[in-house]
Amino acid sequence: MTAPVMGEPDATGRFGRFGGRFVPETLMPACLELEAAFRDAWADVAFRAELDRLLRDYAGRPSRLTECERLGEHLGLRLLLKREDLNHTGSHKINNVLGQALLTKRMGKHRVVAETGAGQHGVASATAAALLGLDCVVYMGEVDMARQELNVFRMRLLGTEVRPASSGSRTLKDAVNEAMRDWVATVETTHYLLGSVMGPHPYPWMVRELHRVVGDEAREQCRALTGGDPDVVVACVGGGSNAAGIFAGFAELPAVALVGAEPAGGAAIGRGVPGVVHGSKSFLVQDEFGQVQEAQSISAGLDYPGVGPEHAHLADAGRARYEAVTDDEVLDAFVMLSRTEGIIPALESAHALAWVIREREALAGRTVLVNLSGRGDKDVQQVSEILGDDAGRSRATLRGPAASPASPVRPAGPVRPAGSVRPAGSVRPAGPVRPA
Amino acid sequence: MTGPLEAHLRSRRDAGRKLLVPYVTGGLRDDWLDVLRALVAAGADAVEVGIPFSDPVMDGPTIQEASQRALDRGTTPATILSELRHVEVGVPLVAMTYFNLVFRAGTERFAKEAAAAGVSGVIVPDVPLEELGEWAPAADAAGLETVLLASPISPDERLARLCARSRGFVYGVNLMGVTGERAALGERSARLARRLKAATDLPVVMGFGVSSGDQARAVAEPADGVVVASAIMRRVLDGASADEAGEFTAGLRAALDAG
Repeated sequence: MTAPVMGEPDATGRFGRFGGRFVPETLMPACLELEAAFRDAWADVAFRAELDRLLRDYAGRPSRLTECERLGEHLGLRLLLKREDLNHTGSHKINNVLGQALLTKRMGKHRVVAETGAGQHGVASATAAALLGLDCVVYMGEVDMARQELNVFRMRLLGTEVRPASSGSRTLKDAVNEAMRDWVATVETTHYLLGSVMGPHPYPWMVRELHRVVGDEAREQCRALTGGDPDVVVACVGGGSNAAGIFAGFAELPAVALVGAEPAGGAAIGRGVPGVVHGSKSFLVQDEFGQVQEAQSISAGLDYPGVGPEHAHLADAGRARYEAVTDDEVLDAFVMLSRTEGIIPALESAHALAWVIREREALAGRTVLVNLSGRGDKDVQQVSEILGDDAGRSRATLRGPAASPASPVRPAGPVRPAGSVRPAGSVRPAGPVRPA
Repeated sequence: MTGPLEAHLRSRRDAGRKLLVPYVTGGLRDDWLDVLRALVAAGADAVEVGIPFSDPVMDGPTIQEASQRALDRGTTPATILSELRHVEVGVPLVAMTYFNLVFRAGTERFAKEAAAAGVSGVIVPDVPLEELGEWAPAADAAGLETVLLASPISPDERLARLCARSRGFVYGVNLMGVTGERAALGERSARLARRLKAATDLPVVMGFGVSSGDQARAVAEPADGVVVASAIMRRVLDGASADEAGEFTAGLRAALDAG
């Protein structure tokens, strides 16, 4: 029997050559304690029952699987969405925070700190803290606080203190730095409620296990609906937590291709080289000397120069592919799903859709499962500033390399003249999907 | 095998002197080597040279700003090491950096180049005991002494392993938190110093948070010495000349000697 593809990391917290525990001595006892506590809790029937109850009665799990008939027909493929956007707080993030917040109490700690980019993890953390009576401080880059004002207010409403990260690029990377600095000072009473499959062991493994429910549900729902497994599973990847969760449900099925959609301005796997930051070794966008570079993405939640170490390993091992999509392609996908299905996706999740739209010819006739990791309410203001009065009408058309004459999704509003179809962008060309 | 850093610090300690290890961010200003020389002239027993990293999670606002300013000037590990090649200061130099810079360069190459630049010891705070296999073989092969940090909450069994594996000296962290001046340092510093002294004969040097001569004396009292970083760098960031940084450091020296 061979080891599972997405099983436990080795004793040093490594997935292949990635992962580990690159933290100062002050944090090492907490990492060891957390690993032992998670192992113990995860094997404890009572803990699992309590978490399952919260996921069901509080978060609203299982989340639905929705078949997108209109958009699917338009793209020439069968499109299924795993509706993590319908969870309480509007994204998959609630799965992880409920598990970690329960674990915080189990470890006898009363305070959590968290980082947030788009605010989804911050809002989820603030929510879990309110539910379980924990003190909560969320660090958020100043740039992101401006981009996501409403989520800042939400967190404050929930009783959380939001502190600006004002150094460096003032985005997610810097929020992680500040959360780690807080944790170094407060580790005896505070749990770092890390929001993605990154950081030192056991976080990448623990957070993936807490999101595994997404993949497990989706697999069964897909079989019930279609009588089989999807050909391709697609998810956006910043740190990579929603992707890890849904991939985990399909990693053992070699016929199912796994695709992570990275923002072209971040794309740790596409553009990065191995490096060590925030506690683990993974692919990292950095200069020739090892200085971490700033990511640039329309989506605050993916504005991160690194990626979870297990994704680096899955890429290394050839089990998953990671493809970059541009901000423009993301906006197109954002508008297209809104106008064809009445579902406004988070800009993060729109990355996964953008890849499907771009690769529709290679995917023709296939069943494609997209993890719709979050809803787009939080992004409406930002997108309205970009699109203006047009409200994206001119974007609701198929463009890109496969667009042979661009045809409107519906005859609403002006259609871009063919001459304005822009080239595919600077990202590397994506090959056709071949199930392994 | 005792390396030059440990031998130097041991002989000074055994002569009855409290050790003073001031810090300077490499490449902070054009005259950073003058600052380094002034620290030595003021009575440093070794000098810690920071190699700035974009994401220094163990550092507070002062060292963060110093790092950023150095990076903004185009400072790289290579520029710092090449400048150090041309100085002879008479006390051991200890490079302090984060692991990604070492890893990116290649651990063996980094270790060789640091040693060739005259660096004796290296502190990499995000490489704990568990990850030392990633770095220590290259350091040992190049003759670099890898100084390990001990924290107030390191359990006894970890302290014993840390002390056994540390080279040059053991760096005791005075407090829970990042670097930066503190108005007061609590009982934790003295408690850790006593635990370390009981666990090892290596020089025990305490750092983080020390902002004045009085604090330096108090912190060094149950230990063998003290690291002072942010208090010096804040003055330099505020425009202090190399001589003025030296004067402040001489004050620390005098406080230690008076103790």
